[in-house]
Amino acid sequence: MCLAIPMKVISIHGNEGTVKAGNLSRRANFSLLKGVKPGDYVLLHAGFAIEKVDAIEAKGMLKLIREV
Amino acid sequence: MRYVDEFRNRKLIDKIARLIREKMAGRAEYKIMEVCGTHTMAIARWGLRQILPDNVKLISGPGCPVCVTPKKYIDKAVALSRMPEVTIATFGDMLRVPGSYSSLDKERSAGASVKLVYSTDDALDIARKYPRRQVVFLGIGFETTAPTVAASILEAKKEGLKNYSVLCGHKTMPEALKKLVVDNRTRIDGFLLPGHVSAIIGSLPYEFLAEEYSKSCVVGGFEPVDILESIFMLISQKKPKVEIEYSRITHPSGNSTARRVMERVFVKADSVWRGIGKVRSSGLRIRKDFSDFDADIRFSPNIRPVREDARCICGDVLKGVKVPPQCALFGRSCTPEHPVGACMVSSEGTCAAYYKYGV
Repeated sequence: MCLAIPMKVISIHGNEGTVKAGNLSRRANFSLLKGVKPGDYVLLHAGFAIEKVDAIEAKGMLKLIREV
Repeated sequence: MRYVDEFRNRKLIDKIARLIREKMAGRAEYKIMEVCGTHTMAIARWGLRQILPDNVKLISGPGCPVCVTPKKYIDKAVALSRMPEVTIATFGDMLRVPGSYSSLDKERSAGASVKLVYSTDDALDIARKYPRRQVVFLGIGFETTAPTVAASILEAKKEGLKNYSVLCGHKTMPEALKKLVVDNRTRIDGFLLPGHVSAIIGSLPYEFLAEEYSKSCVVGGFEPVDILESIFMLISQKKPKVEIEYSRITHPSGNSTARRVMERVFVKADSVWRGIGKVRSSGLRIRKDFSDFDADIRFSPNIRPVREDARCICGDVLKGVKVPPQCALFGRSCTPEHPVGACMVSSEGTCAAYYKYGV
């Protein structure tokens, strides 16, 4: 139920937009997340973008594990 | 896929598993509850139990929304589906959950209008397209899903849609965890906390688990590297605290925009969890300002007394007290094709995970 996947924002107009992951393209609702722009990665849950993916944090976590 | 593949890297998985084994060598058993059903499924799918040392125990928690939804809710949904003017719109998982006397799947076969949707936007589309139908969306799920349902009610109100409502069965996670800890039937050392619930509520609402109950907590992501790293962080804590592994998504303060939407439409209320019982302030109900969109109020579904199957141990499984193979029905009269309990129906149910992956 709480499944959500990171998808790239392709376009956004008001609260509506399109996101993409691999070959999968979807309509997305942005009313729950402010300050999103095309090119950002967002977490899509049940058709809604619920959070931005933080690229720096993602990289940092992987680096940390590699260096342990 | 970006942000997915790199967290499934075999070398990293092996490395963290080795670090966990080294850290746990000679230590007493460490019991971790993975709260979220999506974690349960990922752990089974990636075979993570098998690569952990014997003294790290993973037990499943109450984080499968379909599983903790009481039968009474299903019975109400079935009663609504029998009203000739009603179209039920629901996420797929709810379809086959047995109620006391029927399921939505059976009602659909008998002619009821039940539509599977991917999001509340799809449910609103049905309402717009068929103005003479009364579309009732089955609002179940935790804080991840509740804001999306709240947003649909705000949108319906804005558009003046008179044929959309929600049967509200939403639940909130921290209060249920408190109940589990207070009851203390399962000795839990650490919690693997739900990453997507926490994307909305942040990590602050769990602080009491560390401060008052000395439980270690890590908010974790759902890929194998995330889950193992979270376990490593849990067993490495010297003093119980709440940490975030899933930092690419979850912040301590969560998503305040989503929370504001949720709080505008819903208010905290007591809620009944299957297996756990009534838990104070662990659910959401629709505020009076939005009662036009409350299917309970609009239709007052009439139901017969709830009937439980006494042989089903879903309740104990949801509390982490028992595991599915301890159930006499598991794999025999209860299978994903013919489920008796909700834990076997939902794709995130513990019984379904054990059955599918032969854990």
